[in-house]
Amino acid sequence: MKNMNTFKQYFTFLESLGQYILLVWDVLIATLKTPPSFRLVRDQLYSIGVLSLPVVAMTGFSTGLVLAAQSFYQLADKGLAGATGIMVAKAMITELGPILTAFMITGRVGAAMCAELGTMKVTEQIDALRSMSVDPNRYLISPRFFSGVFMMPLLTIFSVFMGIFGGYLLSIYFFKLAPTNFWDPVRYYTTFFDCFVGLFKSLVFGILTFSICCYKGMQTQGGAQGVGESTTSSVVICYTFILFTNFLITLGLNTLHSAILRLFE
Amino acid sequence: MIIVHDLFKKFGSLEVMKGLNLTIQSGETLVVLGRSGVGKSVLLKHILGLTKPDAGYVEVDGINITELNGDSLYEKIKNMGMLFQGAALFDSLNVEENTAFYLKQHGNPKTNKPYLAAEIEERVKQSLIMVGLDGTQKKMPSDLSGGMKKRAGLARLIAYRPTYLLYDEPTTGLDPVTAMQINELIVATQKELKATSIVVTHDIVSALTVADRLALVEDGKIIHIGEPEPFMQIDHPTIEALRRTVAVDPRSLRRLKDA
Repeated sequence: MKNMNTFKQYFTFLESLGQYILLVWDVLIATLKTPPSFRLVRDQLYSIGVLSLPVVAMTGFSTGLVLAAQSFYQLADKGLAGATGIMVAKAMITELGPILTAFMITGRVGAAMCAELGTMKVTEQIDALRSMSVDPNRYLISPRFFSGVFMMPLLTIFSVFMGIFGGYLLSIYFFKLAPTNFWDPVRYYTTFFDCFVGLFKSLVFGILTFSICCYKGMQTQGGAQGVGESTTSSVVICYTFILFTNFLITLGLNTLHSAILRLFE
Repeated sequence: MIIVHDLFKKFGSLEVMKGLNLTIQSGETLVVLGRSGVGKSVLLKHILGLTKPDAGYVEVDGINITELNGDSLYEKIKNMGMLFQGAALFDSLNVEENTAFYLKQHGNPKTNKPYLAAEIEERVKQSLIMVGLDGTQKKMPSDLSGGMKKRAGLARLIAYRPTYLLYDEPTTGLDPVTAMQINELIVATQKELKATSIVVTHDIVSALTVADRLALVEDGKIIHIGEPEPFMQIDHPTIEALRRTVAVDPRSLRRLKDA
């Protein structure tokens, strides 16, 4: 009996995975055949990008402050206060910028997107769209998905700048570091590779967040309870995948980078 | 003409269709009666191609709808429309935008060009006048009552004038006066568009008001079909229960179509 249940769970997981891949594929094909209208994309860009600016700014700025404070307190007594800037910049660019932005966007936009699509599903609005010969993949999902994937790296860049700015303000005005002490290591030791890692992560997180939230929304069943369950699970799945993928990308890209460097030595 | 061939459909362990066969002639209004949960709404979704059967198929004007997918399906069902049980108005659009939705999405099929804004406005106004909702153009669906939502849903259908109209429980949950208004609208729409209509309901008064023919679904199949008066005389426990519900001789119900 226990084996049967385990088998059923594996089967359900594989079925969901198949449906998820199929949805992403259908959305790509639908978009390539007929791209969504500019108006729909513009509305989503505004909703995902512009309206998320305050929350992303606040997250980035406060993270930068904390990073600067922690770095300074840990390093100053060892005579390494000058490393505060590079600690903030590296951490923000490669790890905290992409991760925290993805978390905030999942919570603010992804969950709302899942709930909206889920409500449309359970109130037959998706069926109504299809009954009027409008493909929901093209009309609803494509603008949301592509706007989200486009906006995630931009919001991450914004968050990173806010973080570094926060760290700079604290270091200069509170810890009384000289501006050059903060900036010089940042300029010398922040590499193109760091920026690439951050942007690559944010792009992958964007793809994961928006595809998972749209998929969970479209799979919603039942009434209000079903919408609640879908929304909760979409956020949990997104967070889990973001964290795990972050580890894989960090490990993978750094290993690759080291190998390439060795080749040219 | 719509022909439903030997349809089978199962949801989990629940078998809702067990070889359902049905033919709907062009221009007629067929009412499908049956208890809740017998698969009446599922039948409509099969006819639109929104749900795929486990076996069997649906033919619309000689084309097998069941085997179509994606754009080819959407192209084929452009001349079909459905009034959903809860009206299924788009929450984020007001009544005017809901009514104009199809027209804006697909443009004018005769010229293959988008409609002019004035044309859309006029068509929306006409549709809303027909359902008695002129003046509510800027209201959001959340501001409308249940009956108004149904009428707005009907206006959305009328606006694009489909050849096939599918109604899912159009009078369920409405007060008798509003229910009768909806019935009148269904008959008026049928006359105006000369469409083929399929109405799914368990409201026998509504059924007798709008139907050219009635069909009874039970145990996943159509078990009786016929014109209203002979249909109501059939000796069957469900039809006997329907007769008691009406509590009048069906012949005394003055059918709006004959009026």
